[in-house]
Amino acid sequence: MSAAAFLQIRNVVKDFDGHRAVDNVSIDIAQGEVFALLGSSGCGKTTLLRMLAGFETPTSGTITLEGRDLAGLPPYARPMNMMFQSYALFPHLSVADNIAFGLKRDGLPAAEIAARVEAMLKLVQLGAFAKRKPHQLSGGQQQRVALARSLAKKPHLLLLDEPLGALDKKLREETQIELANIIEDVGVTCVMVTHDQEEAMTMASRIAVMSQGRFLQVGAPAEIYETPTSRFVADFIGNVNLMDGKLVEDEADHVVVDCGDLRHWVGHGITGTLGMTATVALRPEKIRVAAEPPAPEAGVPDAGFNRVQGTVKDMAYFGSFTVYRLQLASGRILKISQSNTERQGAGLTWGDSAWASWSPLSQVVLTQ
Amino acid sequence: MKLHRWLAGRAAVIGIPYAWLFVFFLLPFLVVARISVSEMKTTTIKDIVEWKDGAIAFSLRFGNYLLLAEDSLYFSTYVASLKYAAVTTLLCLAIGYPFAYFMARARRSLQPALLMLVMLPFWTSFLLRVYAWKALLTEQGLLANAIEAVGLDHLLAALGLIPGPGQLMNTPFSLVLGMTYTYLPFMILPLYSNLAKMDLRLLEAASDLGATAWTAFWKVTVPLSRAGIVAGAMLVFIPCVGEYVIPELLGGPQTQMIGRTLWDEFFSNNDWPMACAVAVTMVLLVIVPVAVFSRYQAEVQERRA
Repeated sequence: MSAAAFLQIRNVVKDFDGHRAVDNVSIDIAQGEVFALLGSSGCGKTTLLRMLAGFETPTSGTITLEGRDLAGLPPYARPMNMMFQSYALFPHLSVADNIAFGLKRDGLPAAEIAARVEAMLKLVQLGAFAKRKPHQLSGGQQQRVALARSLAKKPHLLLLDEPLGALDKKLREETQIELANIIEDVGVTCVMVTHDQEEAMTMASRIAVMSQGRFLQVGAPAEIYETPTSRFVADFIGNVNLMDGKLVEDEADHVVVDCGDLRHWVGHGITGTLGMTATVALRPEKIRVAAEPPAPEAGVPDAGFNRVQGTVKDMAYFGSFTVYRLQLASGRILKISQSNTERQGAGLTWGDSAWASWSPLSQVVLTQ
Repeated sequence: MKLHRWLAGRAAVIGIPYAWLFVFFLLPFLVVARISVSEMKTTTIKDIVEWKDGAIAFSLRFGNYLLLAEDSLYFSTYVASLKYAAVTTLLCLAIGYPFAYFMARARRSLQPALLMLVMLPFWTSFLLRVYAWKALLTEQGLLANAIEAVGLDHLLAALGLIPGPGQLMNTPFSLVLGMTYTYLPFMILPLYSNLAKMDLRLLEAASDLGATAWTAFWKVTVPLSRAGIVAGAMLVFIPCVGEYVIPELLGGPQTQMIGRTLWDEFFSNNDWPMACAVAVTMVLLVIVPVAVFSRYQAEVQERRA
């Protein structure tokens, strides 16, 4: 961590009546980054965001922005703006006046305010709605007004609290891309809070997965998804098969984890000791399913590894892919998601016997 | 068939309040209006329509209204009523707004108790409370002594609110004090219910956008509580205009208000038509702000819809 980081959060703790909401969090965020705090409700992500905005005071720890300690600075004096969850637009002001609110507080000349408001309206494509009141707008339009209002003052840091949380699913997908584009165009550094992993993955350049007030893992979206470092993260992000077993072979280029009913040949080394318990995480889309026993996977010494037989207990057809739940003889259920690359798919149905197999490059071994 | 029944139900729901207003407001008002244009014969009121010598004679006497317009005494009484009602309303707002604000922002568990405290005076007779003020303000009264001890009466005299130091009772001061005290809860309650509903995140948003607490209050809280302010002001202003008991007990020769004039016409002069003319004029005076208010309410409703 360099001392010159744009936004520096150091050992920040926040206690509420004996409950620790944020527990010793430290992170450096670089200029231009879109950083997502991802976690379920009550994990402390919103509290952390509110401490950045100045609505909460850290119990201990420091937050510095561009080298300046923010402690003691009230929200109205901080060079950052927030887009609130469900927007908090002023109901008595028109769209234009909502956007102008912050500019007026800075005492800018009227002509400059008008020009800035117009530019903002153009940015979010709401020029025709300047005179409307917030309640006359749709949810998506309100969201854009909120964004325009929070960008109007050219904040050094933009805070987004569940930016798409109030929109329905279809609108959310469209808005997500639009929002990401605007933020990229403006080039503002951004910290967002979300409980929606898809939202975090598509919008953020880096994600911090939070639980019980702590950062469990910080990394790029693909890193978090493909190489989770803990059971919690693997389970929280996307779907996963978690298999507990024992480390029975520990080489520099591969390890073997014996889970009883199946054996994993993992094509990379790990730091661990022989005989320790380990969990293998395997994403459903990385498993292939077939009616006939497949040939041993490339890189695996024999068919005793990364291959298992079971019966199709459940399947759900989603059009572009099918999800299978394969029950093994031991009773274990394997979740498998198969892309429907051909019209007939795998040609399996309920109760069929089927084989699952996966590459030695598909698993992650979790030791915590 | 079904539609028919539905319409009947609708008519009943809308009809009941209309029927109520018709029977208990419009009808009495028309009776009063009729008397105001009739002639009085010692103890009886002459009919407007008379059958006399084979001719129907209508007689509407607008003399009372002309007198109201001509006699400056009536005019100044109306002005005084409006003035004292307006001053009382402003004072209630100035005291009631911070009061309601504090209540609405107090801890949730504390709010019912605070609400109770506001309403508690209603448990004592209104008359008793006004008499209590009389006792407090009269010469050698508890409050009178305190005011004189700190020399506040000199200030009040200088402002022209009392005729001279040491004379607190039966002055504009005692009148406005009594009315403000009595009507304060009517200002606080609508303001409280309005302020308690306010979304506090709006204040955070204002703060985030660079507004200090003071600016946020004037730019966000006050505009958003406008409906509460209007409702409270109407609840105080309208009854204050026609107030009789408080001016009678706490007011003085300087503070002749329309309620007092009404009483005098009815019971001292026994001039019912004149009294009714005074009453009709007062109702019309009060109806104007009510009409403004209900139009404003309708606008607010429309904006919410």
